Amino acid sequence: MLAMDYRGPKRVRATQKPMPEIKHPEDAIVRVTRSCICGSDLHLYNGNVPDTRVGTTFGHEFVGEVVEIGAEVTKLKVGDQVLVPFNISCGRCHFCQQGLYGNCHESNPMATAVGGIYGYSHTAGGYHGGQAEYVRVPYANLNPTVIPPGMDLDDAVLLTDVVPTGYQAAEMAGIQPGNTVVVFGAGPVGIMAAKSAWLFGAGRVIVLDKEDYRLEFVRNYAPCEAYNFEKDMEDPVLFIKKQTDWMGADCVIDAVGAEAAGDVLQTITGRKLLVQAGSATAVHWAINSVKKGGVVSIVGVYGPTDNLVPIGNVLNKGLTIRGNQTAVKRHLPRLIEHVMNGVIKPKEIITHRIPLEDIADGYRIFSDKLDNCIKPVLMMPTAR
Amino acid sequence: MQKHVIDPKSVPGWGVDADPENDPTYPMKPHRSDLEEQGYNWERPTQQPIDVEILHSNERPNVTSVFGTASPPQGLSGMIRRWAFRWSENEYNHWLPLILADRVNVVEGVIEDIAHGKFPNIWKEKGYNASWKHDRTSLILRLSAFAAVTAGLVLWMTSGDDSKGSRKKKKNKKKARYYDENEYYADDRYYDENQY
Ligand SMILES: NC(=O)c1ccc[n+]([C@@H]2O[C@H](COP(=O)([O-])OP(=O)(O)OC[C@H]3O[C@@H](n4cnc5c(N)ncnc54)[C@H](O)[C@@H]3O)[C@@H](O)[C@H]2O)c1
Ligand SMILES: [Zn+2]
Ligand SMILES: [Zn+2]
Repeated sequence: MLAMDYRGPKRVRATQKPMPEIKHPEDAIVRVTRSCICGSDLHLYNGNVPDTRVGTTFGHEFVGEVVEIGAEVTKLKVGDQVLVPFNISCGRCHFCQQGLYGNCHESNPMATAVGGIYGYSHTAGGYHGGQAEYVRVPYANLNPTVIPPGMDLDDAVLLTDVVPTGYQAAEMAGIQPGNTVVVFGAGPVGIMAAKSAWLFGAGRVIVLDKEDYRLEFVRNYAPCEAYNFEKDMEDPVLFIKKQTDWMGADCVIDAVGAEAAGDVLQTITGRKLLVQAGSATAVHWAINSVKKGGVVSIVGVYGPTDNLVPIGNVLNKGLTIRGNQTAVKRHLPRLIEHVMNGVIKPKEIITHRIPLEDIADGYRIFSDKLDNCIKPVLMMPTAR
Repeated sequence: MQKHVIDPKSVPGWGVDADPENDPTYPMKPHRSDLEEQGYNWERPTQQPIDVEILHSNERPNVTSVFGTASPPQGLSGMIRRWAFRWSENEYNHWLPLILADRVNVVEGVIEDIAHGKFPNIWKEKGYNASWKHDRTSLILRLSAFAAVTAGLVLWMTSGDDSKGSRKKKKNKKKARYYDENEYYADDRYYDENQY
């Protein structure tokens, strides 16, 4: 089968690889019909996640058809069309039982701090991902969700990560009715966070990014106020203070993560020298632009070591910081409703369809923000 | 059940101000169970047969019930990874060698490709077809900067050789080629900075 193949920082290709096999009685094999490239993949692509081994297949956002099931799979049958949350979770461990499906303790032997994630390095369990024609799906009784009849596959594939992550970002922000919510990042996740902030009752939503075309999109899509932190202001923190009667925002969401731009010191130490676990510019700005007693919600992904953040201000301002890998499964019932009722229209963010054979171009376009790219979807040879 | 050496109930004032609703952790208490009060036990799923080498964190006693089987550790990078896993996730000794192993693994990947009679198509793998189409100026700038640095390095590595013996010369030449290969990755990452 054809699959994405990581060869080194900024070097990927499509290669013929062996078909995945059932390794555990609760496994299923899924033939992938849609698969996305995510901002999270860029951390791997840039070589910033420790234990990213050459030859692995990335991809944690995919939908497809069940083609084989293990002996203990009872909740799925061959032929089912499923959307597969990016987390691999057992449903039985202490954390899964609390609804913390992104923190499962039975899916990643390599690191206790991280749950299992498809195609996300050995630090997240060493699984091959879904940027391939076929993929192994563990714990198939729990994770895959049958796609409701009538739901577009393009909408379904965005329910595997992007929509729930934006939604959980807003949920973790603890938005009270009328609150001012600032979102750093107008990528797919930031766009969905801005949209979701309204669902939780925000009074004002402000998004900051440096890509005009993304700001233009989110301004209409969320809708929201959207500003370019490179062109419209000198200091984003000061800008937000002025926008909020000098108080700071009630809630701030980091939807940027380790690839953040905007601060030379952070960029050099976090993205070039790797002496910190990614550039922490967005968290830095979030802590400094939220009001005293406010909430910072972090969904932007950082590596497992340390980051330079103004922790003293967290103390002095009495902040609450929340973050997590999204527990996709917990949000699906509500979000499927929102999609079916047209409250959220995920597929509008899809800008590119790229054949799996041209995967390297897909990564380059998404990574360098070329051709006004917001969300690229990979098309599999077997699904065209 | 956790065993307490001191029975908390015997401590004067124990729990008098307990407020279970005051819980800033996530998800908030109403969405959770009281499981932690019962201790941390669960019926583990069937163990996936461990038929490839799995390096597991030493912060847990065992391999999880399921795990990925992609790219087991091998070669020099594998040796470095095995060493790294002797240290907990709390240690730089764990994470920094893993990043080193990742870089070594890249060179192993190129060697493996060549051993299979295939020279990697770096231009294609780096997605330069897309850059050529959508971002030509910046690509040309990056590549010329890379060429200039490489040429400079080669000149520097080979300069002053004339006065030295031929054995030394050979050694240096080898070294130059080695640095060349590595610089390719390093430089490209560096010059990407142009775009941000
Ligand atoms: N927690 C989770 O479960 C989860 C799930 C999915 C994605 N993520 C993370 O969310 C983040 C965003 O994902 P995405 O797919 O939208 O990625 P993306 O790369 O498409 O978007 C990031 C955006 O942030 C902008 N940006 C860069 N520096 C900035 C700064 N200092 N301030 C404001 N904006 C800045 C970029 O221009 C870009 O538009 C990534 O870190 C990704 O790993 C987390
Ligand atoms: Zn994702
Ligand atoms: Zn679990």
